[in-house]
Amino acid sequence: MDKLEKQLHAAPRKLTYILTITAITVMVMLWSLTAMNFKDVNSSGLGIMLNIFKGILNPDLDLLFNLTNKGVLYLLIETLAVAFLGTIVGAILSIPLAFMSASNLVPKPVSWLVRFLLIIIRTVPFIVYGLMFIRVTGPGPFAGVLTVGLISIGMLAKLYVDAIEELDTGVLESMTSIGCTTFEKIRYGILPQLLSIFTSISIYRFDMNLRDASVLGLVGAGGIGAPLIFAMQSYKWHQVGSILIGLVVLILIIEFISNKVRSKLING
Amino acid sequence: MYDKLFPPKKILLSNGKVVHKKRSRAPFITILVAIAIYLSAYYTEFSFYTIFTRIHNFFDIIIAMMPPDWGYINHLWKPLMDTIKMSLIGSLIGAVLVLPLAVLASVNIVPNKSTAAIFKVILSLIRTLPTLVTALIATFIFGLGPIAGSIAILIFTVGYVGKLLYEQIENAEMGSFEAMESIGMTRFQAFRYAIFPQVLPSYLSTSLFCFEGNVRYAAILGFVGAGGIGLLLNQDLGWRNYSGVGMTILALVVTVFIIEQISEYFRRKLI
Repeated sequence: MDKLEKQLHAAPRKLTYILTITAITVMVMLWSLTAMNFKDVNSSGLGIMLNIFKGILNPDLDLLFNLTNKGVLYLLIETLAVAFLGTIVGAILSIPLAFMSASNLVPKPVSWLVRFLLIIIRTVPFIVYGLMFIRVTGPGPFAGVLTVGLISIGMLAKLYVDAIEELDTGVLESMTSIGCTTFEKIRYGILPQLLSIFTSISIYRFDMNLRDASVLGLVGAGGIGAPLIFAMQSYKWHQVGSILIGLVVLILIIEFISNKVRSKLING
Repeated sequence: MYDKLFPPKKILLSNGKVVHKKRSRAPFITILVAIAIYLSAYYTEFSFYTIFTRIHNFFDIIIAMMPPDWGYINHLWKPLMDTIKMSLIGSLIGAVLVLPLAVLASVNIVPNKSTAAIFKVILSLIRTLPTLVTALIATFIFGLGPIAGSIAILIFTVGYVGKLLYEQIENAEMGSFEAMESIGMTRFQAFRYAIFPQVLPSYLSTSLFCFEGNVRYAAILGFVGAGGIGLLLNQDLGWRNYSGVGMTILALVVTVFIIEQISEYFRRKLI
């Protein structure tokens, strides 16, 4: 047996392992298929799909460029405002929570408790918060702002904590050694390290919040979601088309800007 | 531009040299953000007064959820399982469908640059639409129920895994690919034996991570009638059956936690 053949036979045989994984995957797939009920799928769906495409290809231009508060532009600005203000509210509320769950700053039980709270906040679907805040403020974009603020906390606080725990403490030690006061240490030692990371994380979350804000209208919490669902339910596909086009363009623009700003923040 | 409007401060050093200190951009950015906050508050009718006088309604609902209605779990099994099944099937099919798309979007595998660019645009357009909107459209095409939800999750998975996968393929080590091509293998064979084994672990790990997130998403798809536990949440919140909502949320938190633990275990094994 030459060297090459030996090497070939030495390769680990993972056939049984791969077969087991495949069998499990197929079983899981079959189990999942039991939930699917194909009797509601019929040919009328195909017609609707064609109508949707037609609507997107000839959008209702009147609605798209209408400047009153029924037009797509106004609704997009409202959605943007909900996402922006919500992110600001969330970012402000996250800062104390993040410091309270940083294990190098507070006692362990406190940090665990806050972390547990954050996990719960993250897991509850955001639409549930939307429905709860509507009981506080009444339907409208204000409920959307509070919802977006609350859902942002879960992720923002978690990422802030990571930044806080990775803080370079060498800088602080050297500042102590040259006799800086606590205020000076925070201002020149901690703030410059955290500010750019916190801003970058918040902008990333703003990007996500814009998508969430655009569907909060489904429960009446302002933004472009409500007109979208009304247009769909009344089968006005041209209006649906113009709303979708507006939404996609807005999301793409914001994603582009946020990527630019974030890479500038991180790379200086 | 900014430096022209506000010329840099000149500082005369003790050795006679003049250095320029750029003006801080902080005041400018602060003013911009303040204007944006003011406008947003105006458009969204933000008011602290409403928060302070009515926020107790929010906590009243949470308190009403507090002892969850334990017996309610009997109603929850089917929608909860439907939620998991929807995200499983959507993630599985989506993760398989994305493979050819991601390969076609990678510049280093596809010889034609514009083909790769077109597929990248398609993937980013798919990523733009919020899942709930896709689900809503899917309910019109496939009828109310878990199928619409699975389709929405499938589409989201394609967008999300697709982007990460083509980035991994583009960053893969190309040496062995070129060597295999040079000894006369086809591009497909070279991809299969040189690139695929490199990206496989991270591809599986990304798909698992996406599945975790999909379970959370599947929980809200019911709000637009696309199956799963969301429908129940919507109804109970409407009927103010808050102890039932509490139980639903508890069940959801536990389910998501278990799935995250399992998936995290496998992801750690993969990488």
